Amino acid sequence: MSYDTLRVIWWLLLGVLLGGFAIADGFDLGTAALLTFVGRSDVERRVAINSVGPVWEGNQVWLILGAGAIFAAWPALYAASFSGFYLAMFLVLAALIVRPVGFKFRSKLDDPRWRGWWDWALCIGGIVPPLVFGIAFGNLFTGVPFSFDADLRMHSDISLWSLLNPFALLCGLVSLSMIVTHGAAWLNYKTRGPVQDRARFILPFTAGAYIALFIVAGVWLSHMDGYSLTSLTTPNAPSNPLAKNVTHGLPGWLANYAAHPLLYLLPLAALASAVLAIVLRKRSGLSFLVSTTVPALTLATAGVALFPFLLPSSSQPGASLTVWDASSSKLTLEIMLGAVILFLPVILAYTAWVYRVMRGPVTRQQIEASSKTSY
Amino acid sequence: MDIVELSRLQFAVTALYHFIFIPLTLGLSILLGIMETVYVMTGKTIWRDMVKFWGVLFGINFAMGVATGVTMEFQFGTNWAYYSHYVGDVFGAPLALEGMMAFFLEATFVGMFFFAWDRLSKVQHLIATWALAMGTNFSALWILIANGWMQFPVGAHFNADTMRMEVSDFMAVIFNPVAQAKFVHTVSAGYVTGSVFVLAISAWFLLKGRHIEFAKRSMTVAASFGFASALSVVVLGDESGYTAGQNQKMKIAAIEAMWNTEPSPAAFTVFGLPDLASHTTKFEVQVPWMLGLVATRSIDTPVPGISELVGQAHDNIKDGMIAYGALLAVRKTPQDPAPRTLLDAHVANLGYALLLKQQRPDVQNATEAQIQVAAASTIPNVPVLFWSFRLMVACGFWFIALFGVAFWLSAKRKLDSHVWFLRCAIFSLPLPWLAGELGWIVAEYGRQPWAVEGILPTALGVSTTAAGNVLLSLIGFAVFYTALLAADFYLLVKYIRLGPDDILTRPVGAAKEDAA
Repeated sequence: MSYDTLRVIWWLLLGVLLGGFAIADGFDLGTAALLTFVGRSDVERRVAINSVGPVWEGNQVWLILGAGAIFAAWPALYAASFSGFYLAMFLVLAALIVRPVGFKFRSKLDDPRWRGWWDWALCIGGIVPPLVFGIAFGNLFTGVPFSFDADLRMHSDISLWSLLNPFALLCGLVSLSMIVTHGAAWLNYKTRGPVQDRARFILPFTAGAYIALFIVAGVWLSHMDGYSLTSLTTPNAPSNPLAKNVTHGLPGWLANYAAHPLLYLLPLAALASAVLAIVLRKRSGLSFLVSTTVPALTLATAGVALFPFLLPSSSQPGASLTVWDASSSKLTLEIMLGAVILFLPVILAYTAWVYRVMRGPVTRQQIEASSKTSY
Repeated sequence: MDIVELSRLQFAVTALYHFIFIPLTLGLSILLGIMETVYVMTGKTIWRDMVKFWGVLFGINFAMGVATGVTMEFQFGTNWAYYSHYVGDVFGAPLALEGMMAFFLEATFVGMFFFAWDRLSKVQHLIATWALAMGTNFSALWILIANGWMQFPVGAHFNADTMRMEVSDFMAVIFNPVAQAKFVHTVSAGYVTGSVFVLAISAWFLLKGRHIEFAKRSMTVAASFGFASALSVVVLGDESGYTAGQNQKMKIAAIEAMWNTEPSPAAFTVFGLPDLASHTTKFEVQVPWMLGLVATRSIDTPVPGISELVGQAHDNIKDGMIAYGALLAVRKTPQDPAPRTLLDAHVANLGYALLLKQQRPDVQNATEAQIQVAAASTIPNVPVLFWSFRLMVACGFWFIALFGVAFWLSAKRKLDSHVWFLRCAIFSLPLPWLAGELGWIVAEYGRQPWAVEGILPTALGVSTTAAGNVLLSLIGFAVFYTALLAADFYLLVKYIRLGPDDILTRPVGAAKEDAA
């Protein structure tokens, strides 16, 4: 397999892993974000928490694997994005640290203050990651100030505040509304009683917000300057981001869509799925199934617009990281592809088995019956 | 403090915190598997209760391990960006494989372990428990393959076009002898930790006269598993020492405070006060021959001392400067084969030239004085290594004694008849953590000034983010982790005091009947 084909495959796999995270961890992040809204009493909150209790930990591994795979397959991207977005990453980490502990510790004491504190921690821990990841994604379109010296050491001067530009904030809200919708669809499907009622009530509002924000972001993007490769790059060349020229300006970020109009089906399908998730909300299983496609399609929409860019640089556009110059060596990409082909089906198989074992709704009665062992 | 010191301190703090929870996860997961296997084979419900009780404590600890583990994976990118770029092609792969082979397995089946008692058959649940245990242990395997490569970077080469290390032989990376020795040493240490944990808490129950049958059975499992693990940890520690003796001579010399090469076979210094300034060790008490035998497994191979190794580093730096000069020429004229040939001839010592980067960016022009400073910087902190190592080893031998006695008492069925032994077991509770943390200090602090031995100096590996950001995150982690550790400790103590009866009063079949 040629180096450029491998790079494109790994670009797709990057999408698969991030999409896996957005879909799988998305609904438990969304559930946590909605925790204090859907659960007014302790037992209601426990219904919501235990709806994701057995599976959230496995779901979060999509993010961990995503980070590991970026490290292995796109080391330059891993280095530049994680260090460039330093404090933003710290915020995400704080949320990811609080979640496992919150789920596990919350119901271990019978003290309402203890439980209330953890409920808010879980709620914030569910809001921060989608918001920050959305903001980070938005910054990919505006470009981030970083450059490389001759030793390929990255120099960046990115403050947390500079990440909070209007377009990025909009992307943060797109991401948040998408994940909260996904969480609402999950609770609607997996719980019964007042928790389900509230989730079903809120779903049209969050999905409606997603639809509106997604359209605004799309229109905004069509008017934004994009980054484009101007010098001929060899897709098979060794990964060195200093061997190309990039301009900022026309033709903008929709160039790929203009070249291949069929790609417009991706954002249209994302919108259609969000509408369907609302329409089908009384058939909660179908509604949830439809809502799983929304994060995947949203991510695909953004990824296609960016291609071949992974992380554009606003201060030294030529240093932008692209699919053609930020990957690992050919051998590493091959080995890791082999590992994915070997392990991903196994992972999906036992994950499916776990969901099958844990099928069926979570109810108030179950929580009360197992109050010492449930989360 | 500058960015390098802050980043190192943050890594040390977060890694040492992480390793409070990991060894217990490693050890308890296997002990849970053993106990549940006995339950499935004998059908005696006390064994299921044991799995559930120790499982509650396992769960509290596991959550902390997960929470502090995410930081470790992100931190290479956030704080060690140049490291990530420079070695990511090699180092990233084991981390990604850890995600695929280990994290998914443990994280998926930990949910089954806690939530699916009533939804699975006995055997199915047993499989879930073992899958969880395997997951945690695979995780240790892959992260130690990654760490082993930092100690002994095999199977990789430098690529001048991409300015980084790239994989040339992935099998060599996986079957790195240092990684293999470290893996068995580390998981054995985890098994000892889990066993001491079960032994000490059971001893406390026996002293209080509570849950006698429960505690004696738990102790029996811990005694036999712990005894085997304690032997393994010392034997494989010896293997670690031997492989380090082959590859990290400076680390061995520093652990021994061996300032000069001695006639072989070298003596082992049991006690002494190493002095960094004068390069001497005062009040030495030595065992003749022992170091030579452990480090070289021969009586005539010399173990080089620190001064000799600094001399070698000096030569390596000068050789590396030629490589760096050639690298600059390659950049200027990429098509010209001559500088590439020159680079290839000296590339093995390129990393040594990078030691000069702290003093000047144009390392090919370094002065003799600067070379000497760089060569001297290859000496790690001798007194810290010397004492960390000795304390760790002392703990290791103590565990063999403790578990040896426990094993003998359990065979005689007299586990509860000696108060002194029960007290010993309780007082031993903190020791495996002490030994584990000291072990990592020896391994990682002893690797300094290198991030990757002979390849990339630690100081060069950092990100270029503002030092204030790192200070902020360091304070954040320290405060956050300490608060969580306090909560973790509080819950553990509370649930241990409650004991198995209180935790398990609720019939566990209740949930299923309601669902049906």
